[in-house]
Amino acid sequence: MQDYFERCGKINFMKRGGLITLTASGLYCKQGDFYIDPWKPVKKAILSHAHADHAYRGNIRYLVTKSGEQLARIRLDPEAKIATLDYGKTTTIDGVKVSFHPAGHILGSSQVRVEYKGEVWVASGDYKLTPDATCAPFESIKCHNFITEATFGLPIYRWPPTEQIFDEINRWWRRNIEKGKASVLFAYALGKAQRVMSGLDRNLGRVFTHGAVERLTQAYREAGVDLPETTYAGSVTNKKEFAGAMIIAPPSAQASTWLRRFGTQSTAFASGWMMVRGARRQRAVDRGFVLSDHADWPELLTAIRATEAETVYVTHGFAPEVVRYLNETGMNAVPLKTQFVGDDASDLLDEESEPEAISAEPSGITEK
Amino acid sequence: MKLFTQLYVELDQTNKTNEKVEAMRFYFERAEKADAAWAFYFLSGRKPRQIVPSKFLREWAIEMSGIPEWLYLESRDTVDDGSETTALLLPNNAGMDETPLHVLVEEELLPLRGSDEVTQKAAVTKAWSEMNYSQRLVYNKLISGAFRVGVSQQLVVRALSQLSEVPVDIITHRAMGDWEPTPEFFDSLLKPDLGEDETPIARPFPFHLAHQIDGGPNELGDISDWQAEWKWDGIRAQVIKRKGEVFMWSRGEDLITDRFPEIADAARELTDGTVLDGEVLPWIDGRVLPFTELQRRIGRKNLSAKILSEVPVILQVYDLLEYEGSDIRQLDFRTRREMLEGLIDSLPQQLRSVFKITESVEAADWDDLATRREKSRDLGVEGFMLKRRESPYRTGRHRGDWWKWKIDPLTVDAVLIYAQKGSGKRSNLFTDYTFAVWRDGELVPFAKAYSGLTDAEIRVVDKFVRANTIETFGPVRSVKPQLVFEIAFEAIQKSTRHKSGVAVRFPRILRFREDKTIEQADSIETIHEMLDSFQNAKP
Repeated sequence: MQDYFERCGKINFMKRGGLITLTASGLYCKQGDFYIDPWKPVKKAILSHAHADHAYRGNIRYLVTKSGEQLARIRLDPEAKIATLDYGKTTTIDGVKVSFHPAGHILGSSQVRVEYKGEVWVASGDYKLTPDATCAPFESIKCHNFITEATFGLPIYRWPPTEQIFDEINRWWRRNIEKGKASVLFAYALGKAQRVMSGLDRNLGRVFTHGAVERLTQAYREAGVDLPETTYAGSVTNKKEFAGAMIIAPPSAQASTWLRRFGTQSTAFASGWMMVRGARRQRAVDRGFVLSDHADWPELLTAIRATEAETVYVTHGFAPEVVRYLNETGMNAVPLKTQFVGDDASDLLDEESEPEAISAEPSGITEK
Repeated sequence: MKLFTQLYVELDQTNKTNEKVEAMRFYFERAEKADAAWAFYFLSGRKPRQIVPSKFLREWAIEMSGIPEWLYLESRDTVDDGSETTALLLPNNAGMDETPLHVLVEEELLPLRGSDEVTQKAAVTKAWSEMNYSQRLVYNKLISGAFRVGVSQQLVVRALSQLSEVPVDIITHRAMGDWEPTPEFFDSLLKPDLGEDETPIARPFPFHLAHQIDGGPNELGDISDWQAEWKWDGIRAQVIKRKGEVFMWSRGEDLITDRFPEIADAARELTDGTVLDGEVLPWIDGRVLPFTELQRRIGRKNLSAKILSEVPVILQVYDLLEYEGSDIRQLDFRTRREMLEGLIDSLPQQLRSVFKITESVEAADWDDLATRREKSRDLGVEGFMLKRRESPYRTGRHRGDWWKWKIDPLTVDAVLIYAQKGSGKRSNLFTDYTFAVWRDGELVPFAKAYSGLTDAEIRVVDKFVRANTIETFGPVRSVKPQLVFEIAFEAIQKSTRHKSGVAVRFPRILRFREDKTIEQADSIETIHEMLDSFQNAKP
């Protein structure tokens, strides 16, 4: 394992400033000739987690966390050449030390720590500090350069306590049961769906899933995450079974005829975007539950400050705002423009990504 | 305000009418009458004037949350609602404020109006720190005079009607005009209907509103069952003369008696116990003036002799609701019309120059009427109103007896050049657009429009705007000229305030012309031609 990427062949290395730069294919470590979450096919890809906007197909070799391997296989290709590394273990790639540390985002999500000649970078992928029963808790890593997301980087985003949200979800479910309605809850198939399940009151009733959700839920169970029993909705022939049941489906199912089978129903959407009423109305669901797998504003600031980084690179969502705020409060922050391949913003939305993160040109990280 | 906040949250969370009605019923069943009266007041769309300026609320929220002002502004652009932004910026306290709604409004909020900034700040920041996010939102809405929660008065009345078993029409009528939100008032709304005359003299009747007819009127059956009237574009008004006093109400239930002294003075000459329904129109030499002329009068507190002579008004009367003190709304329209004709005929000449009965347009059949409708623009009207001769005067928007049969709008193909985020449900999408037409090889802005696209189209345009922004000016983005839309509008006028030299009325997006390139968009000359033909029609 130690020399996994070395077998991919030696490269000509020429040191030019920072250890990690942004190229047209994504975050790149020239010294180790690998990319982190590349958006164009490359030889060596290190993935922070298996969400579609971080785990693109077509790379020759992948390195992911051990607990994230199964999810990556489902999302990428069962035959993909995937090597794994436990949290906290270090591998060396052309002299560059690489290790994974829990990001608290979804099962197997990691911050990628990269060290070369005493210079430490952490690419945190997506992360949250709020405890989550379905994945390992976020671990703060000190570094010189910290790459952070800013999906919810405005002070209006402050997550209510998770317990309160689960109470709301269960109360909503109970009320629907009383009215004989099915509860259709839209949640991103990977991560959010399972987190929602973990908070359901198991005495209330049965839980059915959309196919996209079921497969990933199985992977969660196989990884040892304790989740309520679920049944793939497509396997049910007697539609009466759905009355009073909880149905977990990806947001893309919202406008589909797939929903008809559930009869009288109440719909809800679980997402951090539900914090703002306008966003909820736009979703046109009966209820919005504020449940996010990203850091809210206080968490972002806490996480960033704890790294004691000299430079903070901010990407995604409200990056300009977070950068300006950090700079005004005595930190050195730089925006990092990310680019998405393809033009279908809707599948990005499905992973709770900021839909407008499309920039014309990938800019290099400012060298210091 | 715990119960009221809960109601607000429930109403805000559902888009289903039945659930909204149920939530209101649930509330009114449990609320104290004094609270229920205020709840009815707010839910039916009334609001006290702003108690504390939003500017102050913003300053205090910025101070309390410790963020810089620019970050507040960014946040507000995303939320698109000042009250909500302020509510969200502060920590979500668990404590639920138990103050009853009427105590909050009468003893805490209303007395704050006019008190000094220090007192206001102390009261507001204390309240904020004790409230959770939802309560803070409701509180902010109430205090800044911006309360609204997506229910119509009609829905509130429906909930009350279900609760009390008093018919909807009766409650609607009882809730018209001016009243104070007291427990007594709330009782009077729901007391059993004993059929006695309970009308305070100023109280207007609920307006009967019409739907637009889709397609043509051929489905309506025999034309002889219908009366066709020109559809005027003015201000719908009800003129009441009772016990020597005159009250004039707009459809929005604003008392507008003082705005139109010509009509109010004439109404004083009417017999007591008379209520007319009609349209206030700016009128000179037997012709209606453009609506924009009327707008010049509406905004003014003091009507100068100049404006009164430049924009005199009349009332096109089209219905009679009360005659000699009797509510005659249940009589059929044919009979009411005959009574109205008799009443107007009996008036002296100078009153008849103010109260003009709306002409009934005779036609042999629907095709004939369609031909006559083509004269609409020449006459300065919007088409026809079709009214079933056998119908009573109904309450609210009712399908079947009154129809609007409007002429097709004027249209041009224009290019999207600026976009701005929308409000409410669309607060995260670019939905407010500015369109341009060609002039000497340049695109000049000519109209702004918001409505008319489907949600799917909005998403497409939104994505386009984000990917093709040229420059950002505050909330407005200029975009690459590429998308063409067909824009419809009702009327057109010369304007010195607009770059294009014209102002259009009711612009809206008719369709997304994905098949057209910007070169195929219309030019300002096309619009000037429309302007000419439009104005030539008016001597």
